[in-house]
Amino acid sequence: MTHSHDAPGPARTATTPDTATATERVGFFTDTSVCIGCKACEVACKEWNAIPEDGMELTGMSYDNTQGLGASTWRHVAFIEQSKPLVERAEQQHQAEGEQEGADVFALAAQGSGSSELRWLMSSDVCKHCTHAACLDVCPTGSLFRTEFGTVVVQEDICNGCGYCVPACPYGVIEQRPHDGRAFKCTLCYDRLGEGQTPACAKACPTESIQFGPLEELRERAAARVEQLHRAGVPDARLYGHDPDDGVGGDGAFFLLLDEPEVYGLPPDPVVTTRDLPAMWKRAGAAALTLLGGLAAVFAAGEAIGGPSGPNGRRHLR
Amino acid sequence: MTAAPDGGRRRRKRRGERTVVPDAEFTSYYGKPILNTPEWKPLDIGGYFFLGGLAGAGSLLAAGARLTGRPATARAMKVSSTVAIAASTAALIHDLGRPARFVNMLRVIKPTSPMSTGSWLLAAYGPLTGAAAVCDVAGVLPRAGDAATVGAALLGPAVATYTAVLAADTAVPAWHEGYRELPFVFAGSASAAAAGTALLAGPVRENRPTRYAALFGAGLEAVARRRMESRLGMIAEAYRTGLAGRLMRSAEVLTAAGALGGALLGGRGRPLAALSGAALVAGSACTRLGVFHAGKATMADPKYSVVPQRERLRARREAAAAVDQGRGSGPPAA
Ligand code: SF4
Ligand code: SF4
Repeated sequence: MTHSHDAPGPARTATTPDTATATERVGFFTDTSVCIGCKACEVACKEWNAIPEDGMELTGMSYDNTQGLGASTWRHVAFIEQSKPLVERAEQQHQAEGEQEGADVFALAAQGSGSSELRWLMSSDVCKHCTHAACLDVCPTGSLFRTEFGTVVVQEDICNGCGYCVPACPYGVIEQRPHDGRAFKCTLCYDRLGEGQTPACAKACPTESIQFGPLEELRERAAARVEQLHRAGVPDARLYGHDPDDGVGGDGAFFLLLDEPEVYGLPPDPVVTTRDLPAMWKRAGAAALTLLGGLAAVFAAGEAIGGPSGPNGRRHLR
Repeated sequence: MTAAPDGGRRRRKRRGERTVVPDAEFTSYYGKPILNTPEWKPLDIGGYFFLGGLAGAGSLLAAGARLTGRPATARAMKVSSTVAIAASTAALIHDLGRPARFVNMLRVIKPTSPMSTGSWLLAAYGPLTGAAAVCDVAGVLPRAGDAATVGAALLGPAVATYTAVLAADTAVPAWHEGYRELPFVFAGSASAAAAGTALLAGPVRENRPTRYAALFGAGLEAVARRRMESRLGMIAEAYRTGLAGRLMRSAEVLTAAGALGGALLGGRGRPLAALSGAALVAGSACTRLGVFHAGKATMADPKYSVVPQRERLRARREAAAAVDQGRGSGPPAA
């Protein structure tokens, strides 16, 4: 991991938003500090986009039975249970109580909030509509494209089910639908945007945890919100995916989190894989030349040492 | 990211009784994968890697054999390359969710997609190697056949190595982080597979260069693999454990045995040559399947994404702090 992560330059592809945008770039700012985990967004998304049911499983791990984003889950509400105070002043009290390693959360919950600071983190995850979107870069058919709103959308009628976009996405968002093979993900309600409407999830969110709007405006709003939370004694509040200088050139859908990204199942330092593509081709070119040179040398050596060892004699082109 | 970096680790143990997290110190969302896994079938995609290598390096052996007066080997390799590339295309089509839409692969030319570039490469290479084989077997158009043989040999090395870029151009840690060495692993493995096929199919009296090619391929693969694993750090674990680990170890033994057996005994008769050849072919197949499964393992376990990325962030932060200090602005507040 010695390559130049210090300055993750943009992957220079023909598909970055600036070259394709006709209108203002829009996105989501998901402020998880006000999420109540109601999953209205999940439901609204499924309803509006007519996404098929994809398993009714009880995970037993938490109130989250959806588990993650996929072909038929375009909004996913993560649910995290932690024994950690939300607000700073509780921190000292908590430390005074000593270590609580391996605490039984149910027992703690039963004790009530007097003796413990159990907190729930909830966060509605979604496709990040990356500035430099790996899914779009690697798609061989042109099925994935950049819309006039700066979002990333799959065209069902062109996708051939190759599945290449799936491992390319550094966030684990896009996925192939079983028994169909084609890839599906959040469209940021492309159809609704066309009508000047707010995406279904943002519309349904009762706490305005999901905010929709022009990206620039959202970034300003987010910066102010973090500031406000820090002042209110929530030092863990931080933005994720807001920085145009990060490994994917910034996310069109970014977040305010209350803990490290990986706690929410998000990669701490995602990078668009195609950033390294020129270097990859260079290495492959070198390997191809090595193969060519090596096998040429092998024949030269074969001639020098013995020539064809049988009666068929030496080189003669028929 | 302003929180204490070890906060997550501390919290990991408390997250709930059912959390399944591996031993490495890192945080995850209930041990759930960060990446999604494509519906790629191991035999289709591992097979695609293997057959592409066999075909590509085989075209080089075919041209070399043709130019140095080894007609039987040349013919065998032209045929094997044609069969291999046809089978690899079949594997790819079989793997598509929508085989009928295979034509969409050639709908656009997209330099940012190795799968697009590769499809176009195969569209050029396939007919060339097919023409070379047909002309030879049917004994027609010798000039055109030779031209096709040379053309296929020039594209062959690209066919053998582009699949490494195909794998590396993803967020899959075992593939992406190995992008420097993976093409060399594939080139070596391709050479071993083609040499193995030539040992199996070509007459003993012609097989001296083939035996050297086996040694060259096996050596290149071994060196490249070693380098790759040392650079991969904790991600190398994916190549050493589980199914991928077993496949990679089998590959090592088979390839070494085939190459050494071929070099020392391959000139002494068909059975020994064929046995060495079979070991080489099997070794190459194991390498490709092993690489596939190592990638799969790193998609399934979040630690392979989180730990190296955390490390990267830490290094970046330290570098930034060092720069700050160098400027005399003092150490950043902790
Ligand atoms: S988050 Fe993944 S699926 Fe969404 S745009 Fe980025 S790379 Fe594509
Ligand atoms: S599965 Fe569909 S959308 Fe994804 S890369 Fe392949 S063709 Fe493009």
